[in-house]
Amino acid sequence: MLRFNMILLLAVVVCALGVVTSQHRARKLFQALEAEQERVRQLDVEYGQLQLEMSTWATHPRIEKIARDRLHMVTPDAVGRVIQAQAPAKKGAR
Amino acid sequence: MVVRRRPQRGHRFTESPVLQLALQGWRSRTVGLLLMTAFLTLVARGFYLQVIHNDFLQEKGDSRYRRDIEISASRGKIVDRNGDMLAVSTPMKSIWAIPGDARTMNASQKRQLAEMLDMNVRELDGKLASDKTFTYVKRQVSPETADRIAAIKFPGVHQEKEYRRFYPTGDMTAHIVGFTGVDDKGLEGVELAFQNSLFGHPGSRTVIRDRRGSIVEDVGATKPPQDGKDVRLALDSKIQYLAYSQLKNAVETNNAKAGGAIVIDARTGEVLALANWPTYNPNNRERLSGAQLRNRAITDTFEPGSVMKPFTAALALEKGKVRFDTVINTAPGRLTIGSATISDAHPHGALSVAEIIQKSSNVGTAKIALGFSPQEMWELFDSLGFGQAPNLGFPGEVNGRLRPWKNWRPIEQATMSYGHGISVSLIQLARAYTVFARDGELMPLSLTKIDDAPPHGARIFSPQTMRELRVMLEMAVQPEGTAPKARVPGYRVGGKTGTAYKVEGGVYARKYVASFVGIAPISEPRLVVAVMIDEPSGGAHYGGDVAGPAFSQIAGGALRTLGVPPDAPIQVAEAASGKGKL
Repeated sequence: MLRFNMILLLAVVVCALGVVTSQHRARKLFQALEAEQERVRQLDVEYGQLQLEMSTWATHPRIEKIARDRLHMVTPDAVGRVIQAQAPAKKGAR
Repeated sequence: MVVRRRPQRGHRFTESPVLQLALQGWRSRTVGLLLMTAFLTLVARGFYLQVIHNDFLQEKGDSRYRRDIEISASRGKIVDRNGDMLAVSTPMKSIWAIPGDARTMNASQKRQLAEMLDMNVRELDGKLASDKTFTYVKRQVSPETADRIAAIKFPGVHQEKEYRRFYPTGDMTAHIVGFTGVDDKGLEGVELAFQNSLFGHPGSRTVIRDRRGSIVEDVGATKPPQDGKDVRLALDSKIQYLAYSQLKNAVETNNAKAGGAIVIDARTGEVLALANWPTYNPNNRERLSGAQLRNRAITDTFEPGSVMKPFTAALALEKGKVRFDTVINTAPGRLTIGSATISDAHPHGALSVAEIIQKSSNVGTAKIALGFSPQEMWELFDSLGFGQAPNLGFPGEVNGRLRPWKNWRPIEQATMSYGHGISVSLIQLARAYTVFARDGELMPLSLTKIDDAPPHGARIFSPQTMRELRVMLEMAVQPEGTAPKARVPGYRVGGKTGTAYKVEGGVYARKYVASFVGIAPISEPRLVVAVMIDEPSGGAHYGGDVAGPAFSQIAGGALRTLGVPPDAPIQVAEAASGKGKL
């Protein structure tokens, strides 16, 4: 009887230790997950900032200024323009 | 353990001398009562702690390791129809302090903190002098700066995440996009109109933190954050830029006070561009004046003047009162009704109905209008949406003024036919012109992009009448018309000028509102463009000279941007031959 009780006690102790370690490991993994999720958030933020930066560089006033002043581009006048917008027009022009 | 001692003198238990003692019964009862009282006290205390006081104690226990944390949600973006950013939120930090703790900083720490935050030390001291337990030191600090501050660990200085709204397109789209206050609350424009869908609802979660402050476990239910939804506007940022820059140009060359321009896609009723001048930079809103903030195109009404004439003519054609070529004598350029006289800026002789629109004769239009009953005219204006807000869901939309027909006098009916005595907003005017572009259908307008089939509007005029009206509108931009400067090379366009006197203190002042509303291209209308210039004072003041060129530039550029094929006879020989073979 006593031996049986001792075996049970041992089993209980082993289980208890198991619970402790698995809890500990679960928390470790949870922390790792948290860290990765934080990284996701940060990358998201960075993506937003880069998008913002891109659209700031690509504003129309800036593009027009560079096109006109630096690259000396001009809008062609109507005479210099032939528009072939749609398929039938192309066919007609041959 | 009780040590049992053998009784020295052997005798049986029942003969124990203690039992022989005749003790009084109350002694044992007192002891029993005392024990019972102690026990009951313990039970009561236990009940008090476990049941009555439980919540408080549970909370105290939880607060040792459980934390509720808020998960912030970002506000939705505002993008144009092609996905270009118009407004976007990016996280910033706010630096706050517990003044009592923060005052323990030494002088060099204070100097360092102030320097990092771009403040001077006195300013910082001023903030820390408060006797509250919380004060913002600085809001909207960039994340990099905030990280450097966090690394130094100033006593009593903490930070909190918040968002800042950026508007990459700046002043160009300021009026339509609007802006938000510091707490992500829309204050103007689309930011206000779509506040409910743009707003992100923060979530929350309950966690267990360990000694080092890192999260080790989620407990209880997590409420996920709901990010705000993105709003995709109908706006085309290229066309918006065109409208904005041409409007600015027109206002500056004519030395005007203000202006507005609207471009509408006639096929869907989408607002492709909406620009106002003067404007402001929504990213830096210090020193803003009311004039800059005003979204004139939507919230300001003006007497439209001659741009209303085509509606009068259309009603007359529709009712069969006149025909396209009915001749009306406008000589000598004056018409007296009651005590008032209507006059033309340039007197003409006999004109056909089409020529009245082309040359914009007040007398001719008034003569046509006197053939209607007031009710007929009121119903026309009402069905075109004048006198009622355009229902865009935009803040500050105005109704304009259209008085009930029952107390119209004949002179009022005559002046209303050419756009005086009635006030409208530019967007109402632009919307009303969709009837010419849509064969008589009045399109509902939309600020957001329409992805499925475009809606249909109410039919107001017959397609035949509208075809005739389009011819008249095209005549107005011919050399003999009022707005030859509104022509667009390569395209057939049509429109009507308006030059209205402004009412100041109940009388007409020598100040004008010049406008032009047109459709393009005439053969298959795609756009409605409305331009309004307030108080031009650079010499010219007629709608055709002031607003016409801006219309020409905006319509031409927008048609090119949209890839609409030119419909005007092409001058280039090569292209003409290609066209000939079709």
